[in-house]
Amino acid sequence: MNYELVSGFETHIELSTKTKIFCGCTTQFGGEPNSHCCPVCIGLPGTLPVLNKEVVRFAVKAGLAVHGKIAEVAKMDRKNYCYPDLAKAYQISQLYAPLIIGGYIELSNGRKIRLHHIHIEEDAGKLIHQHGDTYVDYNRGGVPLIEIVSEPDIRSIDEAKEYVEKLQQVMRWVGISDCKMQEGSMRCDVNISVRPAGSEAFGTRTEIKNMNSITNIARAMAYEYERQVDLLESGGKVIQETLRFDDASGTTSPMRSKEDAHDYRYFRDPDLVTINVPRDEVERLRAEMPELPAEKRERYEAEYGIPEKDAALLTKYRRISEYFDKAIEGVKSPKTVSNFIIGQIFRRVETEADKEIFDVAVTPERLNELVRLLDSGKIRNNLAKSTLEKMLDTGKGALDFISESDMGGVDDSALLALCQAAVAGNPKAVEDFKSGKEKAIKALVGNVMKNSRGKADAVAAEAKIKELILS
Amino acid sequence: MGLIQTIHEKLVSRELSCTELTKAYLEQIDSANPALNAYVCVTGEEALAAAAAVDKKLAAGEELGLLEGVPMALKDNMSTKGVLTTCCSKILTGYKPIYDATVWELLKAQNAVMLGKTNMDEFAMGSSCENSCYGGAMNPFDVNHVSGGSSGGAASAVGGNLAAYGLGSDTGGSIRQPASFCGAVGLKPTYGAVSRYGLIAYASSLDQIGPITKTVEDAAVVFDAISKPDPRDSTCLGAKGGATAQQLGSDIKGMKVGIAREYLDGVRDDVKQAVLNAAKTYEALGAQIVYFDLPVLKFALPVYYIIACAEASSNLGRYDGIRYGYKTARYNGTHDMICRTRSEGFGEEVKRRILLGTYVLSAGYYDAYYKKATDLRGTIIKAFNDAFAHCDVILAPTVPMTAFEKGHAASDPIETYLTDICTVPVNIAGLPAVSVPCGFNQKGMPIGMQLIGKSFDEATILNAAYHYQQAAPENFTDTKWGVKL
Repeated sequence: MNYELVSGFETHIELSTKTKIFCGCTTQFGGEPNSHCCPVCIGLPGTLPVLNKEVVRFAVKAGLAVHGKIAEVAKMDRKNYCYPDLAKAYQISQLYAPLIIGGYIELSNGRKIRLHHIHIEEDAGKLIHQHGDTYVDYNRGGVPLIEIVSEPDIRSIDEAKEYVEKLQQVMRWVGISDCKMQEGSMRCDVNISVRPAGSEAFGTRTEIKNMNSITNIARAMAYEYERQVDLLESGGKVIQETLRFDDASGTTSPMRSKEDAHDYRYFRDPDLVTINVPRDEVERLRAEMPELPAEKRERYEAEYGIPEKDAALLTKYRRISEYFDKAIEGVKSPKTVSNFIIGQIFRRVETEADKEIFDVAVTPERLNELVRLLDSGKIRNNLAKSTLEKMLDTGKGALDFISESDMGGVDDSALLALCQAAVAGNPKAVEDFKSGKEKAIKALVGNVMKNSRGKADAVAAEAKIKELILS
Repeated sequence: MGLIQTIHEKLVSRELSCTELTKAYLEQIDSANPALNAYVCVTGEEALAAAAAVDKKLAAGEELGLLEGVPMALKDNMSTKGVLTTCCSKILTGYKPIYDATVWELLKAQNAVMLGKTNMDEFAMGSSCENSCYGGAMNPFDVNHVSGGSSGGAASAVGGNLAAYGLGSDTGGSIRQPASFCGAVGLKPTYGAVSRYGLIAYASSLDQIGPITKTVEDAAVVFDAISKPDPRDSTCLGAKGGATAQQLGSDIKGMKVGIAREYLDGVRDDVKQAVLNAAKTYEALGAQIVYFDLPVLKFALPVYYIIACAEASSNLGRYDGIRYGYKTARYNGTHDMICRTRSEGFGEEVKRRILLGTYVLSAGYYDAYYKKATDLRGTIIKAFNDAFAHCDVILAPTVPMTAFEKGHAASDPIETYLTDICTVPVNIAGLPAVSVPCGFNQKGMPIGMQLIGKSFDEATILNAAYHYQQAAPENFTDTKWGVKL
């Protein structure tokens, strides 16, 4: 029997606000253990949380980025559980009235992965096991998180990978998080079940906790899919449970039931007041939103005729698209700019990390200048290409490599002079042409090209020479 | 004249230096505290240093604020930097906060002289002060009687003249009830009038800090000093409507004093009579008595115990022995360490309320208990709002009885919970209420009545209380203990 995979994601993303969600401590990653702490974020008796408004703004941006609805009234709840890295024995989170409702991520196959909601919450500290003892570092405690909860709309591992990539892309794009899975600023819990292809009813799901790379998500899902299918094929039943993924063996295994059997006793946090998100602030944030990658990609294709694959590359990271947008200002063919970026500049920016930063030696203004020279016909494509290489080597502008004389031959008056000289200096070819030898014109054009050192437009030269001879 | 004003005048006229005054209090604490057990920590050195600073100011001819140099005490659940703050619980053994509560910051900025930290029921859970890990504070009118709770130490200290005033906290009556038992004035402010930052939480949506004082004037002065907005407490807006002390004495002719019949149900006869006598006094002062029904009061006690215990079960989760306070001596792993620490560190009443609170929030019970209680809370708030359409203040007994003999409270927790029946509705509704002495029973133990006001209308209830105090000074008698000025 064929089985269909059904999956939903719970994704935690650390927001890159300067300060923590309920106090003024820095959110900086790392630092001496317990050096980014204060009475509030280590939950000393009597302290009270005060919501950082910037966290709400960041979360609203996240919501707008995935087309979610921003709740007019949101509330904070306490999620009670006892663990040494949680200083208050409860995490301040949202259950009953989250900040963002709905939304979706659209995949390249056109399917929309619907989001149930996005809520804000605080991160916990970290346990460090060392010298046979356990230590707690509360630096991360109180760092703001959003949790993005999807509906079980994912149907394949490829869709899962693309979902995570798209989420990562758009959240980085709107500048709310660096989404570094290896540093834990983005982590996923994967819910997965299988069902006979064509069946409507969901199977029993398992949840794989704390996945920290896209590769491992794919590995864990592949393993878990096989495991569940084998179980069902052999007449067994899937048990709803929480699993951990073992990187080394590539297998999943159940967490101890104690870690799993939580009753979080959620209730409204009485220390925090209702969050009212003013509509005018939402509209202001909406107006400030950058054009999102999906919209941009579609526009590049439709407006500039850039091929789909190239448009996707240009919009993978916001910095690249911003570079491109600047470089195309006033140029005739944005596609040429795209070709330069993807064909030449990308060869110098190899890693994904570098592509994300996209700090290249040639400024978009200088690329723009080069393309304008090409547009005006002052230089030709070959020269432009080699000049760009020199610019990339040195960081200098196009005019540092192209002299006036390089460009002299190509404007209209210079072309006319070159053509006149060719006609005057080659009477035989002129006569041949006049007498019907069409090919004789090639010699005259060749003369123009030679004397312009290849920079003249051969088609324009031919037209001009014909005009001179026949007039 | 209020005691604070009296002290202020003596200091300003140089009749008494602040150091002399502070020493007098410290000496009286030395001799009376073994019997009253009002203080669990005396900060003599710090007090004398603060007094010396005030004397220096006086010597330099500088002007003195009203609260400057006035010796006072803080309940042991208010954080004081470097000074033991234990909530009278074994689990906070040795805990010295690294920051000051906002109320203490405000008073310290006015050069208040803190004599020490006062006794309380563990984590403010109790009505007799006997749930303290240090043993209960006793009643200055008769040391065989309890001081009340949970701010028993503050009421005992003020009633016993071991502090000019004290700050208590009131979650379900913890300021008003002991004030009533000890013949003192106790103000529970509107929820959100005084910052809770630094107050070690019992039930966050109910807790409120307020003064316990000798006179109504004193309560007004202290309330005015501490009722400021606080950016560190999102729920704190500060007082509204100007300084209450300035409004004492304004005319109450025509004021409508409401009495809800339900408040008098099940109240002992002597208490009921004293309250009805007070109503007559108000009539004589030109106020109008309005009787009305408040049937939702019957829900107040269960609503209170569900909400308070639910919040407490969460608030007290942090005491795990890892970062501060008591930690069990022998254990096997983290989980065992936390279990043992909490089992050994918390007292019986605290454990009872944590269990109750955990239960009402549990999956499957949340809707039946916690949700229902919060819904009913809304009903109670609305009923009070409606009542205030017909009256300006509500007059009620503070406690259905007078201070009981020591050891009585522990016998039956349910019966003890019932003593809170008159005080908890105010906390549920977030309203202000002041308890003032209104007579004595046959054994000479004080009886208290409370005046309940509209939200953020402390000025009206304090003014009404002030008029009563002026009309019935015989109810504001002193005890044999402490400093006599």
